[in-house]
Amino acid sequence: MKKIEAVIQPFKLEDVKEALKAIGIDGMTIIEVRGHGRQKGHKEVYRGQEYQVDLLPKVKLEMIVASARVDEVVQTLSTAARTGKIGDGKIFVTNVEEAIRIRNDERGEAAL
Amino acid sequence: MFWKTCLFLLTSVALNAQVASNADARLKSLEDATRAAQSSGDNAWMLTSCALVLFMTGPGLALFYGGLVRSKNVLGTMMHSFSLMVLATLLWAVVGYSLAFGEGNPFIGGFQYVFLHGVGATPNADYAPTIPHLTFMAFQLMFAIITPALISGAYAERMKFSTMLVYTTLWMLVVYFPMAHMVWGKGGLLNASLGGRIPCLDFAGGTVVHITSGISALVAALVLGPRAGYGREPMKPHSLVLSVIGACMLWVGWFGFNAGSALNASGLASSAFVATHFGAAAAAAGWMLAEWLHNGKPSILGAISGCVAGLVAITPAAGFVQPMPALAIGFLAGLFCFFMVTIVKMKLGYDDSLDAFGVHGAGGTLGALLTGVFATSLVNPIFKDASGRTLASGLLEGNAAQLGHQAVGVLIALSLGAAGSFVCLKIAAALCGLRPSSEQEEDGLDLSMHGEEGYNLES
Repeated sequence: MKKIEAVIQPFKLEDVKEALKAIGIDGMTIIEVRGHGRQKGHKEVYRGQEYQVDLLPKVKLEMIVASARVDEVVQTLSTAARTGKIGDGKIFVTNVEEAIRIRNDERGEAAL
Repeated sequence: MFWKTCLFLLTSVALNAQVASNADARLKSLEDATRAAQSSGDNAWMLTSCALVLFMTGPGLALFYGGLVRSKNVLGTMMHSFSLMVLATLLWAVVGYSLAFGEGNPFIGGFQYVFLHGVGATPNADYAPTIPHLTFMAFQLMFAIITPALISGAYAERMKFSTMLVYTTLWMLVVYFPMAHMVWGKGGLLNASLGGRIPCLDFAGGTVVHITSGISALVAALVLGPRAGYGREPMKPHSLVLSVIGACMLWVGWFGFNAGSALNASGLASSAFVATHFGAAAAAAGWMLAEWLHNGKPSILGAISGCVAGLVAITPAAGFVQPMPALAIGFLAGLFCFFMVTIVKMKLGYDDSLDAFGVHGAGGTLGALLTGVFATSLVNPIFKDASGRTLASGLLEGNAAQLGHQAVGVLIALSLGAAGSFVCLKIAAALCGLRPSSEQEEDGLDLSMHGEEGYNLES
Protein backbone atom coordinates (compact mmCIF):
# COMPACT_ATOMS: atom_id res chain seq x y z
CA MET A 1 0.00 0.00 0.00
CA LYS A 2 1.15 3.49 -0.75
CA LYS A 3 0.14 6.87 0.53
CA ILE A 4 -0.19 9.57 -2.09
CA GLU A 5 -0.06 13.16 -0.88
CA ALA A 6 -0.66 15.91 -3.38
CA VAL A 7 -0.52 19.66 -2.78
CA ILE A 8 -2.47 21.34 -5.57
CA GLN A 9 -4.06 24.64 -6.59
CA PRO A 10 -7.43 25.00 -4.84
CA PHE A 11 -9.25 25.76 -8.08
CA LYS A 12 -8.04 22.42 -9.55
CA LEU A 13 -9.70 20.35 -6.81
CA GLU A 14 -12.89 19.62 -8.76
CA ASP A 15 -10.98 18.50 -11.88
CA VAL A 16 -8.78 16.21 -9.80
CA LYS A 17 -11.70 14.69 -7.92
CA GLU A 18 -13.55 13.93 -11.14
CA ALA A 19 -10.51 12.43 -12.85
CA LEU A 20 -9.84 10.16 -9.85
CA LYS A 21 -13.45 9.13 -9.65
CA ALA A 22 -13.31 8.17 -13.33
CA ILE A 23 -10.56 5.63 -12.60
CA GLY A 24 -12.40 4.30 -9.56
CA ILE A 25 -10.72 6.13 -6.68
CA ASP A 26 -13.43 7.56 -4.43
CA GLY A 27 -11.73 7.70 -1.04
CA MET A 28 -9.64 10.69 -0.18
CA THR A 29 -9.03 13.19 2.62
CA ILE A 30 -8.71 16.87 1.80
CA ILE A 31 -7.03 19.53 3.95
CA GLU A 32 -6.94 23.26 3.27
CA VAL A 33 -3.35 24.34 3.79
CA ARG A 34 -1.04 27.28 3.21
CA GLY A 35 2.42 27.05 1.82
CA HIS A 36 4.85 27.93 -0.88
CA GLY A 37 7.56 26.39 -2.98
CA ARG A 38 9.18 28.33 -5.76
CA GLN A 39 6.03 30.32 -6.49
CA LYS A 40 6.36 33.89 -5.26
CA GLY A 41 3.68 35.40 -2.98
CA HIS A 42 2.06 38.79 -3.41
CA LYS A 43 2.03 42.22 -1.79
CA GLU A 44 -0.94 43.61 0.14
CA VAL A 45 -1.24 47.24 1.26
CA TYR A 46 -3.53 48.38 4.10
CA ARG A 47 -3.49 52.15 4.63
CA GLY A 48 0.14 52.37 3.61
CA GLN A 49 1.19 49.31 5.65
CA GLU A 50 2.71 46.78 3.24
CA TYR A 51 2.60 43.06 3.81
CA GLN A 52 4.42 40.47 1.73
CA VAL A 53 2.19 37.41 1.69
CA ASP A 54 4.34 34.34 0.94
CA LEU A 55 2.13 31.54 2.21
CA LEU A 56 -0.56 30.97 -0.35
CA PRO A 57 -3.71 28.89 0.06
CA LYS A 58 -3.40 25.35 -1.32
CA VAL A 59 -5.36 22.13 -1.04
CA LYS A 60 -3.70 18.93 0.12
CA LEU A 61 -5.15 15.55 -0.88
CA GLU A 62 -4.26 12.37 0.92
CA MET A 63 -5.19 8.91 -0.25
CA ILE A 64 -3.97 5.37 0.35
CA VAL A 65 -4.01 3.06 -2.68
CA ALA A 66 -2.96 -0.48 -3.52
CA SER A 67 0.69 -0.50 -4.63
CA ALA A 68 -0.26 -1.80 -8.08
CA ARG A 69 -2.36 1.28 -8.82
CA VAL A 70 0.14 3.96 -7.75
CA ASP A 71 1.48 4.88 -11.18
CA GLU A 72 -1.97 5.14 -12.70
CA VAL A 73 -3.27 7.33 -9.86
CA VAL A 74 -0.23 9.61 -9.85
CA GLN A 75 -0.46 10.06 -13.62
CA THR A 76 -4.17 10.87 -13.50
CA LEU A 77 -3.73 13.27 -10.62
CA SER A 78 -0.80 15.04 -12.21
CA THR A 79 -2.57 15.51 -15.53
CA ALA A 80 -5.76 16.79 -13.93
CA ALA A 81 -3.99 19.27 -11.62
CA ARG A 82 -1.61 20.70 -14.21
CA THR A 83 -1.84 24.23 -15.60
CA GLY A 84 1.81 24.38 -16.67
CA LYS A 85 2.60 27.36 -14.47
CA ILE A 86 4.70 27.71 -11.34
CA GLY A 87 2.53 26.96 -8.32
CA ASP A 88 0.82 23.81 -9.65
CA GLY A 89 2.09 21.88 -6.62
CA LYS A 90 3.75 18.54 -5.87
CA ILE A 91 2.93 14.86 -5.32
CA PHE A 92 4.65 12.66 -2.72
CA VAL A 93 4.44 8.87 -2.46
CA THR A 94 5.32 6.92 0.70
CA ASN A 95 4.95 3.37 1.98
CA VAL A 96 2.10 2.45 4.31
CA GLU A 97 2.53 -0.53 6.66
CA GLU A 98 -1.04 -1.26 7.60
CA ALA A 99 -4.64 -0.12 7.11
CA ILE A 100 -7.45 -1.04 9.49
CA ARG A 101 -11.15 -0.48 8.93
CA ILE A 102 -12.54 0.60 12.29
CA ARG A 103 -16.03 -0.79 11.67
CA ASN A 104 -14.99 -4.43 11.37
CA ASP A 105 -11.20 -4.68 11.87
CA GLU A 106 -10.56 -5.62 8.23
CA ARG A 107 -6.87 -5.22 7.45
CA GLY A 108 -4.60 -4.51 4.49
CA GLU A 109 -5.83 -3.59 1.02
CA ALA A 110 -9.26 -4.97 1.87
CA ALA A 111 -9.66 -2.10 4.29
CA LEU A 112 -9.08 0.58 1.62
CA MET B 1 -84.99 108.32 22.93
CA PHE B 2 -81.70 109.10 24.61
CA TRP B 3 -81.90 105.99 26.74
CA LYS B 4 -82.85 103.91 23.75
CA THR B 5 -79.78 105.13 21.87
CA CYS B 6 -77.57 104.37 24.85
CA LEU B 7 -78.98 100.90 25.14
CA PHE B 8 -78.45 100.29 21.44
CA LEU B 9 -74.84 101.49 21.63
CA LEU B 10 -74.12 99.38 24.66
CA THR B 11 -75.56 96.31 22.99
CA SER B 12 -73.55 96.78 19.82
CA VAL B 13 -70.33 97.33 21.78
CA ALA B 14 -70.99 94.16 23.66
CA LEU B 15 -71.76 92.29 20.44
CA ASN B 16 -68.63 93.63 18.74
CA ALA B 17 -66.54 92.66 21.70
CA GLN B 18 -67.98 89.19 21.51
CA VAL B 19 -67.24 88.95 17.78
CA ALA B 20 -63.71 90.22 18.39
CA SER B 21 -63.09 87.82 21.21
CA ASN B 22 -64.42 85.01 19.04
CA ALA B 23 -61.95 85.99 16.32
CA ASP B 24 -59.13 86.18 18.86
CA ALA B 25 -59.95 82.76 20.16
CA ARG B 26 -60.04 81.31 16.66
CA LEU B 27 -56.75 82.99 15.76
CA LYS B 28 -55.17 81.65 18.90
CA SER B 29 -56.38 78.14 18.25
CA LEU B 30 -55.08 78.39 14.67
CA GLU B 31 -51.70 79.53 15.95
CA ASP B 32 -51.64 76.71 18.45
CA ALA B 33 -52.51 74.22 15.75
CA THR B 34 -49.77 75.57 13.46
CA ARG B 35 -47.23 75.38 16.25
CA ALA B 36 -48.27 71.85 17.12
CA ALA B 37 -48.01 70.82 13.46
CA GLN B 38 -44.52 72.27 13.13
CA SER B 39 -43.51 70.73 16.39
CA SER B 40 -44.63 67.26 15.37
CA GLY B 41 -42.91 67.59 12.00
CA ASP B 42 -39.65 68.73 13.58
CA ASN B 43 -39.88 66.21 16.38
CA ALA B 44 -40.43 63.35 13.95
CA TRP B 45 -37.25 64.20 12.09
CA MET B 46 -35.27 64.80 15.28
CA LEU B 47 -36.28 61.50 16.87
CA THR B 48 -35.27 59.80 13.61
CA SER B 49 -31.95 61.65 13.73
CA CYS B 50 -31.37 60.53 17.32
CA ALA B 51 -31.78 56.93 16.23
CA LEU B 52 -29.53 57.46 13.19
CA VAL B 53 -26.72 58.89 15.31
CA LEU B 54 -26.91 56.01 17.79
CA PHE B 55 -26.84 53.66 14.80
CA MET B 56 -23.45 55.18 13.87
CA THR B 57 -21.83 53.85 17.04
CA GLY B 58 -23.58 50.51 17.18
CA PRO B 59 -23.46 48.75 14.81
CA GLY B 60 -21.70 51.27 12.50
CA LEU B 61 -18.46 52.07 14.30
CA ALA B 62 -18.39 48.68 16.06
CA LEU B 63 -18.33 46.93 12.66
CA PHE B 64 -15.99 49.44 11.03
CA TYR B 65 -13.41 49.14 13.81
CA GLY B 66 -14.17 45.48 14.52
CA GLY B 67 -13.26 44.48 10.99
CA LEU B 68 -9.98 46.40 11.06
CA VAL B 69 -8.46 44.52 14.03
CA ARG B 70 -7.11 40.97 14.17
CA SER B 71 -9.75 38.29 14.73
CA LYS B 72 -8.61 37.68 18.32
CA ASN B 73 -9.62 41.25 19.22
CA VAL B 74 -12.87 41.62 17.31
CA LEU B 75 -15.14 41.35 20.34
CA GLY B 76 -12.93 43.52 22.54
CA THR B 77 -13.08 46.23 19.88
CA MET B 78 -16.84 45.96 19.41
CA MET B 79 -17.19 45.99 23.18
CA HIS B 80 -15.48 49.39 23.28
CA SER B 81 -18.22 50.93 21.15
CA PHE B 82 -21.03 49.04 22.81
CA SER B 83 -19.96 49.63 26.39
CA LEU B 84 -19.61 53.34 25.65
CA MET B 85 -23.22 53.40 24.48
CA VAL B 86 -23.97 52.31 28.03
CA LEU B 87 -21.43 54.34 29.98
CA ALA B 88 -21.97 57.68 28.21
CA THR B 89 -25.74 57.34 28.61
CA LEU B 90 -25.46 56.88 32.38
CA LEU B 91 -23.06 59.80 32.72
CA TRP B 92 -25.26 61.98 30.54
CA ALA B 93 -28.39 61.25 32.55
CA VAL B 94 -26.76 61.96 35.89
CA VAL B 95 -24.64 65.01 35.24
CA GLY B 96 -23.38 65.21 31.65
CA TYR B 97 -26.28 67.00 30.02
CA SER B 98 -26.24 69.63 32.72
CA LEU B 99 -22.49 70.23 32.49
CA ALA B 100 -22.73 70.58 28.72
CA PHE B 101 -25.98 72.48 28.28
CA GLY B 102 -26.79 74.02 31.63
CA GLU B 103 -26.16 77.72 32.05
CA GLY B 104 -22.83 78.13 33.77
CA ASN B 105 -19.70 80.02 32.87
CA PRO B 106 -18.13 80.26 29.39
CA PHE B 107 -16.22 77.00 30.00
CA ILE B 108 -18.66 74.59 31.63
CA GLY B 109 -22.37 74.38 32.35
CA GLY B 110 -23.98 74.46 35.76
CA PHE B 111 -25.93 71.89 37.73
CA GLN B 112 -29.48 73.00 36.87
CA TYR B 113 -30.24 69.89 34.78
CA VAL B 114 -28.58 67.33 37.07
CA PHE B 115 -30.57 64.05 36.93
CA LEU B 116 -32.39 65.74 34.01
CA HIS B 117 -34.24 67.96 36.47
CA GLY B 118 -36.64 70.18 34.51
CA VAL B 119 -35.97 68.50 31.17
CA GLY B 120 -39.36 67.51 29.82
CA ALA B 121 -41.74 67.87 26.90
CA THR B 122 -41.66 71.69 27.00
CA PRO B 123 -39.13 72.98 24.45
CA ASN B 124 -36.01 74.82 25.56
CA ALA B 125 -36.37 78.09 23.67
CA ASP B 126 -32.62 78.80 23.61
CA TYR B 127 -31.58 75.58 21.96
CA ALA B 128 -34.48 74.21 19.93
CA PRO B 129 -37.79 76.07 20.28
CA THR B 130 -39.89 73.63 18.24
CA ILE B 131 -39.01 70.24 19.73
CA PRO B 132 -39.40 68.82 23.23
CA HIS B 133 -36.43 69.52 25.47
CA LEU B 134 -36.20 65.74 25.96
CA THR B 135 -35.62 65.21 22.24
CA PHE B 136 -32.84 67.80 22.23
CA MET B 137 -31.26 66.14 25.26
CA ALA B 138 -31.44 62.68 23.64
CA PHE B 139 -30.02 63.96 20.34
CA GLN B 140 -27.02 65.51 22.09
CA LEU B 141 -26.56 62.30 24.10
CA MET B 142 -25.93 60.33 20.90
CA PHE B 143 -23.01 62.66 20.15
CA ALA B 144 -21.63 62.12 23.64
CA ILE B 145 -21.72 58.37 22.90
CA ILE B 146 -19.89 58.32 19.60
CA THR B 147 -17.12 60.77 20.55
CA PRO B 148 -15.33 58.59 23.13
CA ALA B 149 -16.04 55.53 20.94
CA LEU B 150 -14.03 57.15 18.14
CA ILE B 151 -10.98 57.31 20.42
CA SER B 152 -11.08 53.54 20.82
CA GLY B 153 -9.57 53.27 17.35
CA ALA B 154 -6.24 54.40 18.78
CA TYR B 155 -6.04 52.06 21.77
CA ALA B 156 -7.69 49.09 20.07
CA GLU B 157 -6.08 45.70 20.75
CA ARG B 158 -4.07 46.85 23.77
CA MET B 159 -5.93 48.54 26.64
CA LYS B 160 -7.35 46.86 29.71
CA PHE B 161 -11.12 47.02 29.76
CA SER B 162 -11.30 48.42 33.30
CA THR B 163 -8.76 51.11 32.40
CA MET B 164 -10.81 52.01 29.34
CA LEU B 165 -13.94 52.55 31.45
CA VAL B 166 -12.14 54.75 34.00
CA TYR B 167 -10.28 56.69 31.32
CA THR B 168 -13.48 57.40 29.38
CA THR B 169 -15.46 58.42 32.46
CA LEU B 170 -12.78 60.95 33.39
CA TRP B 171 -12.37 62.06 29.79
CA MET B 172 -16.07 62.86 29.45
CA LEU B 173 -15.91 65.03 32.56
CA VAL B 174 -12.65 66.77 31.74
CA VAL B 175 -12.82 67.11 27.96
CA TYR B 176 -16.18 66.38 26.36
CA PHE B 177 -18.69 68.15 28.60
CA PRO B 178 -16.62 71.37 28.80
CA MET B 179 -15.92 71.37 25.05
CA ALA B 180 -19.58 70.75 24.18
CA HIS B 181 -20.52 73.59 26.52
CA MET B 182 -18.00 75.99 25.03
CA VAL B 183 -19.23 75.41 21.48
CA TRP B 184 -22.95 74.66 21.89
CA GLY B 185 -23.94 75.57 25.44
CA LYS B 186 -25.72 78.83 26.22
CA GLY B 187 -23.05 81.43 27.03
CA GLY B 188 -20.23 79.09 25.93
CA LEU B 189 -16.97 80.77 24.98
CA LEU B 190 -17.08 79.70 21.32
CA ASN B 191 -20.84 79.61 20.76
CA ALA B 192 -21.57 81.52 17.55
CA SER B 193 -25.34 81.74 17.95
CA LEU B 194 -25.77 82.13 21.71
CA GLY B 195 -23.44 84.94 22.63
CA GLY B 196 -19.95 83.43 22.69
CA ARG B 197 -17.00 85.81 22.85
CA ILE B 198 -15.16 84.02 20.04
CA PRO B 199 -17.84 82.87 17.56
CA CYS B 200 -16.54 79.61 16.12
CA LEU B 201 -18.72 77.96 13.46
CA ASP B 202 -19.16 74.28 14.23
CA PHE B 203 -22.42 72.99 12.85
CA ALA B 204 -22.36 69.38 13.99
CA GLY B 205 -19.22 68.81 16.00
CA GLY B 206 -16.00 69.19 14.01
CA THR B 207 -14.24 70.59 17.06
CA VAL B 208 -16.33 69.05 19.83
CA VAL B 209 -16.47 65.54 18.41
CA HIS B 210 -13.70 64.99 15.89
CA ILE B 211 -10.80 67.20 16.93
CA THR B 212 -11.11 66.38 20.63
CA SER B 213 -11.44 62.65 19.97
CA GLY B 214 -8.72 62.67 17.30
CA ILE B 215 -6.07 64.41 19.38
CA SER B 216 -7.03 62.41 22.48
CA ALA B 217 -6.56 59.30 20.37
CA LEU B 218 -3.06 60.36 19.32
CA VAL B 219 -2.10 61.02 22.94
CA ALA B 220 -3.51 57.63 23.95
CA ALA B 221 -1.52 55.89 21.21
CA LEU B 222 1.68 57.62 22.38
CA VAL B 223 1.12 56.97 26.10
CA LEU B 224 0.23 53.31 25.52
CA GLY B 225 3.03 52.65 23.07
CA PRO B 226 2.69 50.36 20.07
CA ARG B 227 0.93 46.99 20.08
CA ALA B 228 3.21 44.05 20.88
CA GLY B 229 4.91 43.05 17.64
CA TYR B 230 3.98 46.27 15.80
CA GLY B 231 6.08 46.58 12.66
CA ARG B 232 7.32 42.94 12.90
CA GLU B 233 4.17 40.84 12.88
CA PRO B 234 1.45 41.24 10.29
CA MET B 235 -1.54 43.16 11.68
CA LYS B 236 -3.87 42.99 8.76
CA PRO B 237 -7.56 43.82 9.13
CA HIS B 238 -9.25 40.48 9.79
CA SER B 239 -12.41 41.30 7.85
CA LEU B 240 -12.74 44.24 5.52
CA VAL B 241 -16.22 42.94 4.78
CA LEU B 242 -17.31 43.97 8.27
CA SER B 243 -15.55 47.31 7.86
CA VAL B 244 -17.29 48.10 4.59
CA ILE B 245 -20.69 47.35 6.12
CA GLY B 246 -19.81 49.51 9.12
CA ALA B 247 -18.59 52.41 6.98
CA CYS B 248 -21.80 52.36 4.94
CA MET B 249 -23.79 52.50 8.16
CA LEU B 250 -21.68 55.45 9.28
CA TRP B 251 -22.44 57.23 6.01
CA VAL B 252 -26.20 56.72 6.49
CA GLY B 253 -26.11 57.57 10.19
CA TRP B 254 -24.22 60.76 9.46
CA PHE B 255 -27.35 62.23 7.85
CA GLY B 256 -28.84 62.25 11.33
CA PHE B 257 -25.63 63.64 12.77
CA ASN B 258 -25.37 66.58 10.36
CA ALA B 259 -28.83 67.23 8.96
CA GLY B 260 -30.25 66.58 12.43
CA SER B 261 -28.01 69.32 13.76
CA ALA B 262 -30.36 71.83 12.12
CA LEU B 263 -32.57 70.81 15.09
CA ASN B 264 -35.64 71.02 12.88
CA ALA B 265 -36.90 69.71 9.54
CA SER B 266 -36.22 72.93 7.64
CA GLY B 267 -34.42 73.81 4.43
CA LEU B 268 -31.27 74.11 6.51
CA ALA B 269 -31.55 70.40 7.31
CA SER B 270 -31.81 69.63 3.58
CA SER B 271 -28.78 71.81 2.91
CA ALA B 272 -26.75 69.98 5.57
CA PHE B 273 -27.96 66.62 4.24
CA VAL B 274 -26.76 67.40 0.72
CA ALA B 275 -23.43 68.85 1.89
CA THR B 276 -22.84 65.72 3.97
CA HIS B 277 -23.50 63.37 1.12
CA PHE B 278 -21.38 65.33 -1.33
CA GLY B 279 -18.51 65.64 1.13
CA ALA B 280 -18.44 61.87 1.69
CA ALA B 281 -18.46 61.01 -2.00
CA ALA B 282 -15.80 63.56 -2.95
CA ALA B 283 -13.50 62.42 -0.15
CA ALA B 284 -13.81 58.76 -1.14
CA ALA B 285 -12.86 59.82 -4.68
CA GLY B 286 -9.91 61.87 -3.38
CA TRP B 287 -8.47 59.05 -1.26
CA MET B 288 -8.94 56.46 -4.01
CA LEU B 289 -7.25 58.70 -6.55
CA ALA B 290 -4.30 59.39 -4.25
CA GLU B 291 -3.95 55.70 -3.49
CA TRP B 292 -4.21 54.69 -7.12
CA LEU B 293 -1.44 57.10 -8.06
CA HIS B 294 0.70 56.25 -5.01
CA ASN B 295 0.30 52.45 -4.76
CA GLY B 296 -0.92 51.54 -8.21
CA LYS B 297 -4.21 50.14 -6.88
CA PRO B 298 -7.32 51.74 -5.37
CA SER B 299 -8.46 49.70 -2.35
CA ILE B 300 -11.86 49.38 -0.73
CA LEU B 301 -10.23 50.15 2.62
CA GLY B 302 -8.98 53.39 1.05
CA ALA B 303 -12.40 54.20 -0.37
CA ILE B 304 -14.22 53.73 2.95
CA SER B 305 -11.48 55.53 4.90
CA GLY B 306 -11.82 58.45 2.49
CA CYS B 307 -15.59 58.44 2.90
CA VAL B 308 -15.28 58.66 6.69
CA ALA B 309 -12.62 61.40 6.39
CA GLY B 310 -14.99 63.40 4.19
CA LEU B 311 -17.89 62.95 6.60
CA VAL B 312 -15.63 64.17 9.40
CA ALA B 313 -14.44 67.23 7.48
CA ILE B 314 -17.91 68.27 6.35
CA THR B 315 -19.32 67.97 9.87
CA PRO B 316 -18.50 71.51 11.07
CA ALA B 317 -19.36 72.97 7.66
CA ALA B 318 -22.54 71.04 6.84
CA GLY B 319 -25.03 73.78 7.78
CA PHE B 320 -22.99 76.68 6.45
CA VAL B 321 -21.80 75.74 2.96
CA GLN B 322 -23.34 75.20 -0.46
CA PRO B 323 -23.06 71.90 -2.36
CA MET B 324 -20.05 72.79 -4.54
CA PRO B 325 -17.84 73.91 -1.65
CA ALA B 326 -18.92 70.68 0.09
CA LEU B 327 -17.42 68.74 -2.81
CA ALA B 328 -14.19 70.74 -2.45
CA ILE B 329 -13.99 70.21 1.32
CA GLY B 330 -14.58 66.48 0.88
CA PHE B 331 -12.04 66.05 -1.89
CA LEU B 332 -9.34 67.94 0.04
CA ALA B 333 -10.09 65.89 3.15
CA GLY B 334 -9.67 62.67 1.17
CA LEU B 335 -6.24 63.73 -0.07
CA PHE B 336 -5.10 65.19 3.27
CA CYS B 337 -6.13 62.23 5.42
CA PHE B 338 -4.57 59.78 2.95
CA PHE B 339 -1.34 61.74 3.35
CA MET B 340 -1.62 61.76 7.16
CA VAL B 341 -2.46 58.07 7.50
CA THR B 342 -0.17 56.49 4.96
CA ILE B 343 2.82 58.83 4.88
CA VAL B 344 3.03 60.98 8.03
CA LYS B 345 2.13 58.11 10.38
CA MET B 346 4.79 55.85 8.84
CA LYS B 347 7.39 58.61 9.14
CA LEU B 348 6.58 59.37 12.78
CA GLY B 349 6.19 55.71 13.70
CA TYR B 350 3.38 55.96 16.28
CA ASP B 351 0.86 53.12 16.40
CA ASP B 352 -2.61 54.63 16.08
CA SER B 353 -4.13 51.18 15.47
CA LEU B 354 -7.15 52.22 13.42
CA ASP B 355 -6.15 55.80 12.55
CA ALA B 356 -8.49 57.69 14.84
CA PHE B 357 -6.10 60.65 14.72
CA GLY B 358 -5.26 60.48 11.02
CA VAL B 359 -8.94 60.48 10.07
CA HIS B 360 -10.79 62.31 12.86
CA GLY B 361 -8.09 64.65 14.17
CA ALA B 362 -6.70 65.58 10.78
CA GLY B 363 -10.05 65.62 8.95
CA GLY B 364 -11.74 67.53 11.76
CA THR B 365 -9.04 70.21 11.81
CA LEU B 366 -9.10 70.66 8.05
CA GLY B 367 -12.91 70.80 8.06
CA ALA B 368 -13.06 73.36 10.89
CA LEU B 369 -10.65 75.68 9.06
CA LEU B 370 -12.33 75.26 5.68
CA THR B 371 -15.66 76.08 7.31
CA GLY B 372 -14.20 79.51 8.03
CA VAL B 373 -13.35 79.80 4.35
CA PHE B 374 -16.53 78.54 2.67
CA ALA B 375 -19.30 79.45 5.15
CA THR B 376 -21.93 81.64 3.52
CA SER B 377 -24.89 83.59 4.87
CA LEU B 378 -26.90 82.36 1.86
CA VAL B 379 -27.14 78.98 3.55
CA ASN B 380 -27.28 80.10 7.14
CA PRO B 381 -27.50 83.80 8.11
CA ILE B 382 -25.92 83.27 11.51
CA PHE B 383 -24.23 86.64 12.05
CA LYS B 384 -26.42 89.75 12.28
CA ASP B 385 -25.69 93.35 13.24
CA ALA B 386 -27.61 95.33 15.86
CA SER B 387 -30.33 96.31 13.38
CA GLY B 388 -30.84 92.72 12.31
CA ARG B 389 -29.10 92.89 8.94
CA THR B 390 -27.26 89.74 7.89
CA LEU B 391 -23.47 89.87 7.99
CA ALA B 392 -20.92 87.84 6.03
CA SER B 393 -20.09 84.38 7.39
CA GLY B 394 -16.81 83.09 5.94
CA LEU B 395 -13.60 84.28 4.32
CA LEU B 396 -14.82 84.02 0.73
CA GLU B 397 -17.87 86.06 1.61
CA GLY B 398 -15.65 88.80 3.06
CA ASN B 399 -15.37 87.89 6.73
CA ALA B 400 -11.66 87.18 7.02
CA ALA B 401 -11.77 87.28 10.82
CA GLN B 402 -13.80 84.08 10.82
CA LEU B 403 -10.78 82.01 9.81
CA GLY B 404 -9.04 83.30 12.93
CA HIS B 405 -12.02 82.40 15.10
CA GLN B 406 -12.03 78.90 13.60
CA ALA B 407 -8.32 78.58 14.36
CA VAL B 408 -8.92 79.55 17.98
CA GLY B 409 -11.65 76.92 18.22
CA VAL B 410 -9.30 74.32 16.74
CA LEU B 411 -6.47 75.26 19.11
CA ILE B 412 -8.70 75.10 22.17
CA ALA B 413 -10.02 71.69 21.12
CA LEU B 414 -6.51 70.41 20.40
CA SER B 415 -5.05 71.65 23.69
CA LEU B 416 -7.96 70.57 25.86
CA GLY B 417 -8.09 67.16 24.17
CA ALA B 418 -4.34 66.55 24.40
CA ALA B 419 -3.93 67.68 28.00
CA GLY B 420 -7.18 66.08 29.14
CA SER B 421 -6.46 62.75 27.50
CA PHE B 422 -2.95 62.63 29.03
CA VAL B 423 -4.11 63.39 32.56
CA CYS B 424 -7.09 60.99 32.39
CA LEU B 425 -4.88 58.18 31.07
CA LYS B 426 -2.33 58.69 33.84
CA ILE B 427 -5.03 58.60 36.52
CA ALA B 428 -6.68 55.54 34.98
CA ALA B 429 -3.30 53.81 34.73
CA ALA B 430 -2.56 54.54 38.38
CA LEU B 431 -5.92 53.06 39.39
CA CYS B 432 -6.14 50.02 37.12
CA GLY B 433 -2.87 49.64 35.20
CA LEU B 434 -2.62 50.63 31.57
CA ARG B 435 -2.19 47.56 29.38
CA PRO B 436 -3.05 43.90 29.69
CA SER B 437 -0.10 41.59 30.46
CA SER B 438 1.90 40.64 27.38
CA GLU B 439 0.43 37.14 27.64
CA GLN B 440 -3.10 38.53 27.68
CA GLU B 441 -2.32 40.78 24.72
CA GLU B 442 -0.89 37.80 22.86
CA ASP B 443 -4.04 35.75 23.54
CA GLY B 444 -6.21 38.62 22.37
CA LEU B 445 -8.59 40.82 24.32
CA ASP B 446 -11.62 38.69 23.42
CA LEU B 447 -10.36 35.83 25.53
CA SER B 448 -8.32 37.66 28.14
CA MET B 449 -10.73 40.53 28.91
CA HIS B 450 -14.12 39.02 28.09
CA GLY B 451 -13.70 35.24 28.16
CA GLU B 452 -15.20 34.60 24.73
CA GLU B 453 -14.28 34.36 21.07
CA GLY B 454 -15.78 36.08 18.05
CA TYR B 455 -15.68 33.10 15.72
CA ASN B 456 -16.41 29.60 16.97
CA LEU B 457 -16.44 27.98 13.56
CA GLU B 458 -16.22 24.42 14.80
CA SER B 459 -19.20 24.69 17.11
